[in-house]
Amino acid sequence: MLARAWDSDLAYSFRRSPVTVVAALLTLTCVAGALFAPWLAPHNPFDLASLDLNDAFTPPFWSEGGKAGFPLGTDDQGRDVLSTIMYGARISLGVGIASVLFAMVLGVALGLIAGYVGGRVDALIMRVADVQLSFPAILIALLIDGVARVALPADVHAHIAIPVLIMAIGVSGWVQYARTVRGSTLVERHKEYVQAARVIGRARAAIMVHHVLPNVLGPVLVLATIHIATAIITEATLSFLGVGMPPTQPSLGTLIRIGNDFLFSGEWWITIFPGIALVVLVLSINLLGDWLRDALNPKLR
Amino acid sequence: MKNRLLAGLAGVVLAVALAGAQAKTFKYADQGDALSMDPMMLNESLLLNFTGNMYEPLIERGKKLELAPGLATDWKQTAPTVWRFTLRKGVKFHDGTPFTADDVIFSYERAKGEGSDIKSYVGAVKEIKKIDDHTIDIVTSTPFPILPQVITQWRMMSKAWCEKHNAVNPSDVRKGVENYASTHANGTGPFMLKAREPGVRTVLVPNPNWWGKKEHNLTEAIFTPIGNNATRVAALISGEIDMMQPVPLQDVARINANPKLKVLQGPELRTIFLGMDQARNELLFSNVKGKNPLKDVRVRRAFYQAIDIVAIQKRIMRGASTPTALMVAPGINGFDKSLNGRYPYDPKAAKKLLADAGYAQGFEIGMNCPNDRYVNDAEICQAVAAMLAKVSVKVNLTAEPKATYFPKILKRDTSFYLLGWTPGSYDSHNPLFALMATPAAEPKGQGQFNLGSYSNKRLDALTAKISSETDPQKRQAMISEAFKIHKEEFGHIPLHQQALSWGMKKGVHLVQLADNFNYLRWVTIE
Repeated sequence: MLARAWDSDLAYSFRRSPVTVVAALLTLTCVAGALFAPWLAPHNPFDLASLDLNDAFTPPFWSEGGKAGFPLGTDDQGRDVLSTIMYGARISLGVGIASVLFAMVLGVALGLIAGYVGGRVDALIMRVADVQLSFPAILIALLIDGVARVALPADVHAHIAIPVLIMAIGVSGWVQYARTVRGSTLVERHKEYVQAARVIGRARAAIMVHHVLPNVLGPVLVLATIHIATAIITEATLSFLGVGMPPTQPSLGTLIRIGNDFLFSGEWWITIFPGIALVVLVLSINLLGDWLRDALNPKLR
Repeated sequence: MKNRLLAGLAGVVLAVALAGAQAKTFKYADQGDALSMDPMMLNESLLLNFTGNMYEPLIERGKKLELAPGLATDWKQTAPTVWRFTLRKGVKFHDGTPFTADDVIFSYERAKGEGSDIKSYVGAVKEIKKIDDHTIDIVTSTPFPILPQVITQWRMMSKAWCEKHNAVNPSDVRKGVENYASTHANGTGPFMLKAREPGVRTVLVPNPNWWGKKEHNLTEAIFTPIGNNATRVAALISGEIDMMQPVPLQDVARINANPKLKVLQGPELRTIFLGMDQARNELLFSNVKGKNPLKDVRVRRAFYQAIDIVAIQKRIMRGASTPTALMVAPGINGFDKSLNGRYPYDPKAAKKLLADAGYAQGFEIGMNCPNDRYVNDAEICQAVAAMLAKVSVKVNLTAEPKATYFPKILKRDTSFYLLGWTPGSYDSHNPLFALMATPAAEPKGQGQFNLGSYSNKRLDALTAKISSETDPQKRQAMISEAFKIHKEEFGHIPLHQQALSWGMKKGVHLVQLADNFNYLRWVTIE
């Protein structure tokens, strides 16, 4: 089984691309660091009792005044920067993946319906998609998150900040999925196997889900991989602007925003390290996504 | 032909240069907006300061916070409870209507009426009698020797204008409603409102018909709230704005090092403190049900001693604060140095106090905090949350902009909160009356900002006596006694006085008042 996977086309093209191997390793490191943060991180930044304000603004260990206990220094509240990055990456990745899933489910469902049912339903869904496409995704996410922030009291919002953010980013990104799936569905619905299913009397919903869907998912997976990187960036942007994750549950974007206040006053490490972490994470996921797109594209072989 | 063209061009250039030399636009920024243009809508320094450019009180504060004639040219006590005020003649509101005694009476009714947030400034006044158009008698319920000091934040509004525009009462910040006076202004002051975009920018222009002697050289002032610290600093450094405050403490050195800029620092009269709900039988935001732990003085003391004020001073305030044990700053009349020693920071003692009170395992409590009002306000609250976590009290912190924060806590919709207070009269009676005395319907404004409803009968009685006592020594003894009671009962947890830090271009000259007020009428730019 393993041997077969090793010999597959996909694995072959993977082995042949050193950039992809490095990207995969980096992604893996980031994901592992985020996933196992509670065990790997030197401190738990969410355990307030473990913080000591007197440790605030400790520089990275190689600078003068640095402490080995805080390898990348501490922020204004005495939180270990390395630990906050690991915990923050958890939230960034979590929100990124969840919002991609949200966008994917929404977009695929609407695209399937539009493509398969056609007619007015198709026109309606696709015009809505066109309208939304004329706005930048970040603007739509800002709008949804901003409205939720105003409509909900601050203490309620703090509790549901993550779901709101996932929804905001998800809703802003469903159009690509809907368009892709609709296009493939238009092609598939006239094929014999679909007609055969219709002739034997299967329900429309069943045909869509059981027959058409599996055959249109390929491009969606590629889209989703690249979209994860975009979603993480969107989340970071929102948090940087102060409408994403609150400072009590900081994601990478929130950390960069907090550190931004101190960037010019000498405490550069509070913002630079989360920034580097974000760049590495997004870049490596993007490279992986690019490779996947090329590897799955028969025309490029 | 060519010469004429050149001459024409030179003329245009000259005209532009002249206009540039004359137009003095002063652009300044704060971390938050003045929430309304209504001078009675919120008793907050920034709002009082900003609207103070347009609206004037009877008695003003001068450059050293001394009393100065404003819309009253003269005042004297004619009987223990009666003050005769002579109003300035020939003063016109911005819309051209003359200022008379009727406007004063109207402004009094408005200040003590529904929706007003400045009731405590006129709480001692029983009634105002009109003698003639430019003479009034202010009658107090009891002898009230500090009346002139207390009414300097009570500003005059036009009766006709308010009635015409349906703004007879201030919009109530607690209910979140607005009216015409929230976005328009019609005062007698040296500046007039030209444009108001809430949260974005507010433009003022000089009032050409102002009664006073013009000391500024501005032709326009543009006020912009810039919430983000780094952005505000960048705006100053890039020259986009002429002045801003507060300078983030981490950037003071950098701005001072810039040859074109300077930071003006000074001690501020404001005291930052924490308040605790001591009235409800069950806290609104806590996991302790059926009782209120903050009613127990041991719990309040434990909170106090769990806070490492020196660490806050050193790390968060970068030295730019003075820890305090009293609710007033040195410089406020009645400040007693002998009482200003803090109880020591002692987490072990705090833990023991909590255990004695029956909370050895600690408890959870919600905390409310502004994030754009005071210097590093949200950071202080975060630090307090971390310090209380060390004595097993889990603080669920909500930090939010003051636009939502103030309405919430003024409704007393809080269990534990951070607030700052500058006595508007620069006298200890003001915080005793408004912050520490038991909230009551009469006299008007008593305890209006005692948001945790700390209550002590002796302190209430002393406050009433302090208001009418004329002998300075007896008065000081009573003030000290009241402060001592409050301190020993931990009615609030005083934290510190923050330092003022204003950043500006070197060519800007202004007066930095110790209550953090910056009046445009004293601003000149080169």
